[in-house]
Parts: sequence; structure tokens; C-alpha cells
Amino acid sequence: MDSVTPFIVLSSILFTIGAIGVLTRRNAIVVFMCVELMLNACNLALVAFAHQYGNLDGQIAAFFVMVVAAAEVVVGLAIIMTIFRTRRSASVDDASLLKY
Amino acid sequence: MEFTKPTIEYATLWPLLVVFGVAVVGVLFEAFLPRERRFVAQSVLAVLGLLVALGGTAYVWTQLDEIRVDGQGVVARGELAAGQTLAVDGPTIFLWGLVLLFSIAGVLLFAERRLEGGVSTFAGQAAALPGSEAEREASTRGLHHTEVYPLLMFAVGGMMLFPTANDLLTMFVALEVLSLPLYLMCGLARRRRLLSQEAALKYFLLGAFSSGFFLYGAALVFGYAGSMQFADISEAVRNGTGNNALLLIGMGLLAVGLLFKVGAVPFQAWTPDVYQGAPTAVTAFMAACTKIAAFGALLRLFYVAFGAERWDWQPMLWVIAILTMLAGAILAAVQTDVKRMLAYSSVAHTGFLLVGVLGVRSAGAVGTDEITALQSVLFYLATYAPATVGTFAIVTLVRDAGGEATAFSKWAGLGQRSPLVAGAFGFLLLSMAGIPLTGGFVGKWSVFTVAMAAGAWPVVLVAIVASIISVFFYVRVILLMFFSDDDTSEVTDAETGWGAGTVTATLERVETAAVTKPSLLTSGTIAVCVLLVVLLGLVPGPILDLAGDAGQFIR
Repeated sequence: MDSVTPFIVLSSILFTIGAIGVLTRRNAIVVFMCVELMLNACNLALVAFAHQYGNLDGQIAAFFVMVVAAAEVVVGLAIIMTIFRTRRSASVDDASLLKY
Repeated sequence: MEFTKPTIEYATLWPLLVVFGVAVVGVLFEAFLPRERRFVAQSVLAVLGLLVALGGTAYVWTQLDEIRVDGQGVVARGELAAGQTLAVDGPTIFLWGLVLLFSIAGVLLFAERRLEGGVSTFAGQAAALPGSEAEREASTRGLHHTEVYPLLMFAVGGMMLFPTANDLLTMFVALEVLSLPLYLMCGLARRRRLLSQEAALKYFLLGAFSSGFFLYGAALVFGYAGSMQFADISEAVRNGTGNNALLLIGMGLLAVGLLFKVGAVPFQAWTPDVYQGAPTAVTAFMAACTKIAAFGALLRLFYVAFGAERWDWQPMLWVIAILTMLAGAILAAVQTDVKRMLAYSSVAHTGFLLVGVLGVRSAGAVGTDEITALQSVLFYLATYAPATVGTFAIVTLVRDAGGEATAFSKWAGLGQRSPLVAGAFGFLLLSMAGIPLTGGFVGKWSVFTVAMAAGAWPVVLVAIVASIISVFFYVRVILLMFFSDDDTSEVTDAETGWGAGTVTATLERVETAAVTKPSLLTSGTIAVCVLLVVLLGLVPGPILDLAGDAGQFIR
């Protein structure tokens, strides 16, 4: 257990930084980068646990997560691009027509 | 450490593979067919693919192996497929059937072209700026995105995979496969592009955020159990060998991801914005099918993987169910927009469904003639889906010069102008409210019964209060449609003697919306939905039995 604990601690710190970033940053691109940081924190945890248990499940999962993250980038940047082109801004505060 | 190649059970998985295959063929159609042929080809291909998959689902149902336990007879049916990563069992097949049925309704609504005067409800060219020359050109040429059909098929494939997934990784991949196409479809509205794009942005950012939580939860539970398989996790929980903190935090984070998808409080914030901003046909599809898929996954995760840890997650679901029902019902009551009101009402329905989810008891405690928690939730989903698709389909019909008119003020007096459509809408709302003789009543009765039997009477008490509040706001819309006078403004102005009465009244009348005559695609969908709700209310037995025959999840 001890050998992987530092990695898990690091991954939880990265995950927290990502989550706080999503909640506090205003630019959609930066928010999205913070989400990617959260996914990478997950990858680190998966690989560390896979090392602990000596199986490949976690490492394979990390590959899947990378593929999913890449797909998410494609969709996400497309959406952020269209918003930026119509509004000339990628700030998440500006997109506020829908409320209450 | 070696890789073993899993065997794929094509005989049981082929409905799923047909859906993904049709989606891929749809992408090829986009690449190789001339633009003018794509609409017909894509929509026919999508409907045919879904029908074949639906037939295949029924066939696979008859072929499932029965799993017997001595003294109890058949307790479940089904098999683990694709190297134990997929569990094709009774509940899975039931959910596949529901998802496929209502995604056919979704395709039919997508293909409606009469309402917009010859073009579909989707943007001519999503990349063109609203109000630009490129958009005007796309509009004059009558272009529209036929990519929505392959996107829909990928989403349907993800929705079928989601409740089938028997390990955390497959579940995560399914979650993304169903979500990513939905994010895109939300942003493709022809009218009100800014709202639509904003809905897509919000849905995407919050959805990606929540799937981050889901994945971290999966990583921690993997750290606890040393495996992603639900059976192994269940085994580890039963033995209680691992680090309990990892399990509890992981379970909580997994719950965040799933409760976000079903739209439970406190993760409901996206629901009203996305339901309102997305093209209404997409909202209809998404509201019904995502909920079916996500509740299927929620049930499997909590019943199969964390079934032995029930005492830890049941109190959490108590609190969330109570908050969800109350917040949904109260916020719906103060809305002035039909789509937004329906969105908050779907939040309230999530709460009612959670009441069924938390009504689970150990297998021995449930009598043979009682309905199980799983059965009640499956049945509630079967009553909720047609009512939702039907109401959103009717919302697409009520229009004024600017497209769909969703403000309450424009719906005033609709019942006097189009009694049939307003009557159907009113009936579906009554079913959502849970008035006897509608499907919604039987659904609510079943989830409340199982929760009572499991001793969750405080939750049921709140559920009844929330139901009463919800009757209030549903009936308010019905009163607005049938009993509010169109010409109030004229009368008041005439009484005050200001002389400008006629002018005001004319303006008012121009502003109120009217029902546009749809093609058979939309009207047929609405008719089938109303018929289903009537049938489920009058003779719920067959579907209730079908949900019961589905048996338990296999592990």
C-alpha cells in the first residue's frame, strides 16, 4: 500500500486543482483544460492502483480514458469555437441567456 | 500478465452491434451520398436500424438462459458477454426495448419537415454564424444537418451499452458514447441559435465535469477492490477487506456522475437550461432515453456492485430523493415557460424514480406476490417516457411567427383554438401528475409501494406532498389552455374606456401562438404516446408482468 500512497495523494491533489479550476475560471477553454487535468489525475490513480495489484486493468483503463479525452476535446472545442464565433468571447459568464 | 482475447457473444449482443453498425454506415452516407439524397436515406436507415434492433431485442429475450435457484424457481435470466464486461439480462433487455422504442419516436420527430416549411428543425449549417450571409445561403438552399441521424444512433448505442455495462470502465465509456453526441445535437437548433449553443456549452462543460467525478470514483473503487468487474467489487465489499475510505469516497463520486446524468438535486442545474435551449425534438429524445439509460446504470451499479453496502448508500439516496422531489416540484410551479416547466417536472420525476431505487430490500424479504424495487422503477420509466416524448412533441407544434412559442402567455386559450392538441397535452400532463386511470398513477403507486415496504415512509410522505404540488402546476397549464380568456385585454380596455382597446386586442391576438399542422411523423408519434399512456393506465398488468419477468440483475 505504502509504495503507491504518494501517487494517490498526488493524483488527488491534481484532481482537486482541476475541480477548483473548473469552478473558478471564467474562460471556457481553461475550464475545459481543468476537466482534462481531472481526467489525467484519474489516469495517475488508475495506473498506481494497477501497479499495486499487479494487474493490467488499470493501465488498460488509462488508455481508454486517453481515447475518451481525445474524443471529448473534438466535441468540446467544436462547441466552444461556435460559441466564440457568434459571441466573440469564450467567457462562460457571457453565456447567460438561459437562467432561472 | 497476459492478455486473453475475449469471446464476443454475437448471438445475444447483435441488437447493440446493429445500432453501432448503422451509425457507422450513416457516417459513410454523409461522406459519399449527394446532399439532396441524404435526408431520406439517413432517416430511413436510422428507423430501419432501430426497428431491426428492436425486433432483435425481442428475439434475444426469448433466447436468454434461465438462472435457477433451488426452491425459488427462475430468479433471473441472461448471460455475461464479451469477457464478462457486458451483462445481457432481463432488466437490460427491458431497458433496450424502451430506449429503442422511444428513439424511434426521436427519429420521427427529427425527420419532421412540415413545421418549418420544408426544412428540419436543425440548423442549415451549424458552422455558419447566425445572421450571416453563409447562413442565409444555407437557408435558401434548404440545407440541414443530416449528421444528426448518425449522432442519434451513436447516442442510442451508448444508451443501450450504459445499463448493460458490467464493469466500471465499460460504464464510463458508455457514459461518454451517449453524452458526446447529445452535446452536439443540443447546439444544432435552426431557430434561437444563441440559446441552443449556450445549452450545448453548459451541457458539455458540466457533463465533462461530472464524468471526471465518475472516473475518479471508478479509479478509487478499483483501488479498493483491485478489479473493475461488478462481481469482484461486490465480493470485495462482502468480505470487507480493503480500505473502507476508498470505497466510500469512490462510491460517492460514482454517484455524482450518475445522479448528474439523471438530473437529481444538487446536480440538476443543467436540466432546465439544456431542455429549454436544445431543439425540442432533441429534448424529447434526450429527456426520455437518457433517463431510461442512466437509471438502468444507476440500478445496476448500486444493486450489483454495492448491493452489500446498502446501508451506506440508502440514507444518501433518501436525502437526494427528498431534495430532488421538492426542488423539482417547487421550481416547476414558478416557471412561465412550457419547456422549462417540463424540465423541472422531469427533475421531480427523477426524485420519484429515486424513491423506487431506494426501496430495495434483500431478496429473501420480498414476498413472491410483491413487486420488487427494480420492477417498479422499470415500470415507472415505461410510463414516464411516452408522457415526456408526447408533451415535447406537442410543444414543437405550438408556434408563432418566431418559431416555437413556449411562453405561457402564448399558450393562453389554446384549448379553445385547437381542442384536440390541447386535450392531448392536458391528458399527458395529468398522467405526469399521477391522476388515476393514467399510466403515471400506476407508476407512482408502484414506486411508493416498494418504498413503503422497505420502511422509507418519510420519503414517501414527502413524495406525496411533492405530487400534490406537481398537480397544482400541471393543472395550472390546463386551466391556462382551456379556461383563460383570449380576449381579456379587449374587455379591460373597453371597460376603462380608453378607446385603444381594439388595437391592443389585435396585437395580443397576433402574439398568441397557434397549432401548426404537422406531418404524420409528429402526429403519429403523439398519437402513439397518448395511446401508450392510456393503455398503461387502464391495463398496466402486461407491462408490470413484463418488468417482473425481467427478474433480477445477473452478476
